[in-house]
Amino acid sequence: MSDYRALDGNQAVAEAMRQINPDVIAAYPITPQTEAVQVFSQFVADGQVDTEFVTVESEHSAMSACVGAAGAGARVMTATSSAGLALMWEITYVAASLRLPIVMMVANRALSAPINIHCDHSDTMGARDNGWLQIFSESPQEAYDNMIQAIRIAEHPELLLPVMVNQDGFITSHAVERVEIFDDSAVKDFIGEYSPRYPLLNVDKPVTFGALDFYDFYFEHKRQQVEALGQAKEVILAVAADFNKRFNRSYGLFETYRLDDAEVGIVVMSSTAGTAKVVVDELRGRGVKVGLLKPRVFRPFPAEEMVDALKHLKAVAVLDRSVAFGAMQNAGPLFLELAAGFQAYGPAARIPVVDYVFGLGGRDIGPTQIEAVYGDLRRLASDGRPERLVTYLGVRE
Amino acid sequence: MATQAATPTRLILKDLSKKPERLSPGHRMCPGCAAPIVVKQVLSAIDDPVIAFCATGCLEVATTIFPQTAWNVPFMHSAFENAAATCSGAEAAYRSLVRQGKLDEKNVRFVAFGGDGGTYDIGLQSLSGAMERGHRMLYVCYDNGAYMNTGIQRSSATPLGANTTTSPVGKVRPGRQGVRKDLTAIMAAHGIPYVAQASPHNWRDLMQKVRKAVAVDGPAFINVLTSCNRGWRHEAAKTIEIQKIAVDSCYWPLYEVEEGRYKINYRPKQKLPVTDFLRPQGRFSHLFRPGNEAIVEEFQRRVDAKWEHLLKMAGEAQA
Repeated sequence: MSDYRALDGNQAVAEAMRQINPDVIAAYPITPQTEAVQVFSQFVADGQVDTEFVTVESEHSAMSACVGAAGAGARVMTATSSAGLALMWEITYVAASLRLPIVMMVANRALSAPINIHCDHSDTMGARDNGWLQIFSESPQEAYDNMIQAIRIAEHPELLLPVMVNQDGFITSHAVERVEIFDDSAVKDFIGEYSPRYPLLNVDKPVTFGALDFYDFYFEHKRQQVEALGQAKEVILAVAADFNKRFNRSYGLFETYRLDDAEVGIVVMSSTAGTAKVVVDELRGRGVKVGLLKPRVFRPFPAEEMVDALKHLKAVAVLDRSVAFGAMQNAGPLFLELAAGFQAYGPAARIPVVDYVFGLGGRDIGPTQIEAVYGDLRRLASDGRPERLVTYLGVRE
Repeated sequence: MATQAATPTRLILKDLSKKPERLSPGHRMCPGCAAPIVVKQVLSAIDDPVIAFCATGCLEVATTIFPQTAWNVPFMHSAFENAAATCSGAEAAYRSLVRQGKLDEKNVRFVAFGGDGGTYDIGLQSLSGAMERGHRMLYVCYDNGAYMNTGIQRSSATPLGANTTTSPVGKVRPGRQGVRKDLTAIMAAHGIPYVAQASPHNWRDLMQKVRKAVAVDGPAFINVLTSCNRGWRHEAAKTIEIQKIAVDSCYWPLYEVEEGRYKINYRPKQKLPVTDFLRPQGRFSHLFRPGNEAIVEEFQRRVDAKWEHLLKMAGEAQA
């Protein structure tokens, strides 16, 4: 029987980590992730888990210790935010390239400077090409559910790839909501045992991890990595199908909300999707045909599937919580990926797609602003020509 | 929980010669390089299973060129600055899995190797953290006194006056300036159970130290002077000879710090002048030109001061 508890996103993630009971966690405190590992430390102190908790001196060492532990053959987890992920950056590539199935929660937070502890997606977007899978969560419940699925996804024999589970710093990491916590045994049963393929700890069969490749092998190894990532969508969907069946959920690569018969739609990730759903209901109540698509999986980017779900619309707005500085029109990464997706898989008759950058450094976004975007979209749907490609939402200009 | 290994303390050359090679020949280290000698001595001093870790550097790039590897023990390289943290993660995994009954206790020993660049400089934080946390692991620094892999750039281990590509001898600068970092002292200050300095010319001393280091139930650090004839600029055949002079001149004293107690393992019968160490090496040749006498004097003064300090720490100073 499940238990329903009032937990914030960090506590919910810590609960998932307790139930997963990984062999090793190496983590370092950083706002707003700290609470997750702090709660977990108490589980260690109280003997509720078997985990060796490596209290490293930096995030760089956190990821390094995770690499060592995962190479040894352990089930390994960590968590971070913002500058912490930035400091890990070099070793996140090593983790993915050595095919180590590490699972990491990221409470998304802005990057310095100016220093800011609040939510935006610059941290994980800065690491979007490092070979990790990235899954975004709207609520503490989704963060909890995604952590549990991430273990199965990462350790899938076809993948053996690390997974980042993202949630919005403070907005969900520190927001208490009603969270369904499954039976410990149900989680244990779902994730199963991990049997590493080439553990360092098999001293009778020595393996070398992290060899030097010259131009004669490097490219092939990278190609193999691409091949593995190519399997990820199917694995994510298969794991979700089992999870949905066991725990009565409906996870996929993304979520659509009143999109099927919509004329215009917004694409937005994480907690803001929750706010946008309220606006969709409100407008629908007034007979306005609007809908929403909430990407769950950002890496690998399911471009074809997303375009397929959006291709009947007359106009699409992407809401980006980060800026790809120096990219086309300084747009956000979600927009750039989706725009490329429309180019590759979109219908011959072009659908206008525009970008709204919002919420940097935790700037609040409310229903009124999202309603205004839907207003823009309806105008765009009728005249087909955007005034501009990128708009900054809720900023003093 | 951790069981003490039944490690014999006597090292018999005949027995050692029969042990399987844990670092196989055929790697691409330069002729005359002391690093593979050090690694072989370290690995064959340990009777238990070993998992080796390595920082980016000469040793790593020259022993693991895909699809070949010279390592007959499990080996992991992750990056330049994180050999200690990587090793600590694997050690934590081992402890966790053994404690949970998922793995049999086999007295696996965790050994990380890093050059002076990867240890004194970019990897110092990672090393300090791993030592402070108390992992049962041995970190071996093979100190050749510069970033040799990238082409002889100065590190904080480079000796005074040395000519390197980033402390070159010029019209107004006479090579490396400033004070060489005393990493062994820094590691001793961590209060870990075992810290030592060694040199491969005295293989018995080095290997005994490795045996002591892996027998302690906690972190251990050994700093090993490791000649690089390409950077030191001496004949490849002179490696062992020059390392001996380094010790006989007290530039590189052989000592250990066991549970805080200092012990000097070797006292030269006759302390050689540092010029005996400097003169055969091309990196110091400019110091013997007129006008640079003060640098050689300063070099000698610093070596003497360190040696006196060490004698005091070991309780061997003359009153």
